[in-house]
Amino acid sequence: MKPAPFAYAKASTLEDALSLLAEHGDDARILAGGQSLMATLNMRLSAPQVLVDINRIDGLAGINDTGDALRIGAMTRHSDVETSDLIAQHAPLIAAAVDHIAHPAIRNRGTFGGSIAFADPAAELPACAMALDATMHIAGLNGERDVPAADFFEGLYETAIQPGEILTGVSIPKIADGWKSGFMELARRRGDYAIIGIAAQAKFDGSTFGDARLVYFNAGDRPVSTPQTAALLNGQGWSDDMAEKLAASLKRELDPPDDLNADGPMRKHLAGVLAKRVLGPMAGA
Amino acid sequence: MSDRRTISVTINGETFEREVETRLTLADFIRHECLLTGTHVGCEHGVCGACTILLNGRTARSCLMLAVQANGQKITTIEGIAPNDEELHPLQQAFQDNHGLQCGFCTPGMLTTLLEFLQDNPDPTEREVREAISGNLCRCTGYQGIVAAALDAAKRLQAGA
Repeated sequence: MKPAPFAYAKASTLEDALSLLAEHGDDARILAGGQSLMATLNMRLSAPQVLVDINRIDGLAGINDTGDALRIGAMTRHSDVETSDLIAQHAPLIAAAVDHIAHPAIRNRGTFGGSIAFADPAAELPACAMALDATMHIAGLNGERDVPAADFFEGLYETAIQPGEILTGVSIPKIADGWKSGFMELARRRGDYAIIGIAAQAKFDGSTFGDARLVYFNAGDRPVSTPQTAALLNGQGWSDDMAEKLAASLKRELDPPDDLNADGPMRKHLAGVLAKRVLGPMAGA
Repeated sequence: MSDRRTISVTINGETFEREVETRLTLADFIRHECLLTGTHVGCEHGVCGACTILLNGRTARSCLMLAVQANGQKITTIEGIAPNDEELHPLQQAFQDNHGLQCGFCTPGMLTTLLEFLQDNPDPTEREVREAISGNLCRCTGYQGIVAAALDAAKRLQAGA
């Protein structure tokens, strides 16, 4: 199918884009990388009156070292995250996750901010942002505000971004000494949406876990953190017994949905499999 | 009421200036306005890979871009890959020699995808090739011939063929 007619506006500055959003309200959609939006336009699942293209706004793309964190501009393409030395050095979880996002042709266009703002529960980056305690920078006509990842994802495709606002970037704290991260997803084919996936980060004293964080994706209506299960790890090392305890705990703590790829009980089982495959190696086991 | 813009896009070295509706996808612009029908349109939502083109040297799904977004950009389509009218590109030749296509619908997207891939990974393993084309659907070949062609092309390109 073909998109329904719309008016197209290319914003040249952030203020320009915000004014256009203020003017058109719910009738406007932001066009970033377009890798989700264009598909819904083509299928006429979405038919906005106005498209506000933010691709040519200076300063929305790029990765900057801000001291303790990296600020990733919303319009930074996945492929630029994939090849960034800063990301490889300071955000190994993001580095591990990014090449699981769809396919190279999609990563060349799709954007970091688009993935976060779209908030697909099956997407990799929202889960990583949660595991890393990222901060989302959101601009409106009245200025910029910051929202921690834990408060950002509000439901299925729903975020703390209010009408008239634009996500301008995400700050990821740099990984500190002694911390390790782990990432894995299960998909039938490379580049497909994961049946379920895990983003993990923990601090290690030798091979003993501390401050462990486990966040699953495609396990609910948003990225799902499992603090009760993660707490079992703290102060402990890795063992087969631990793997079993975690798997049992995940079955209690997760309530994943059924869909064509897997039913809830299978996802619960796979959550335990992922925990074992990711956390054991993180502890050096 | 339709919103229209005049755009200028360079495709395979030739500049096309057209007035288009803003809702026109880049894939339909290439096919219907520039009459370059080698770029195929399959699923129209980014899944099948048939419409993959090179935008400023990097692959993109032309069904997931608006034509107006390509204003002032350089595009290479399947028609622009061969060095001249007489010869095929080594990747095209490898497809012909290894039964890398049957009906040919997926082939333009396979070739543009593999051109970028072989540039970034000149000496790939079979597994890497299979991952590289995992976003391109072929319903004829079972992928075996395509993978063989890609590996053969890598050898030819490295040998400077």
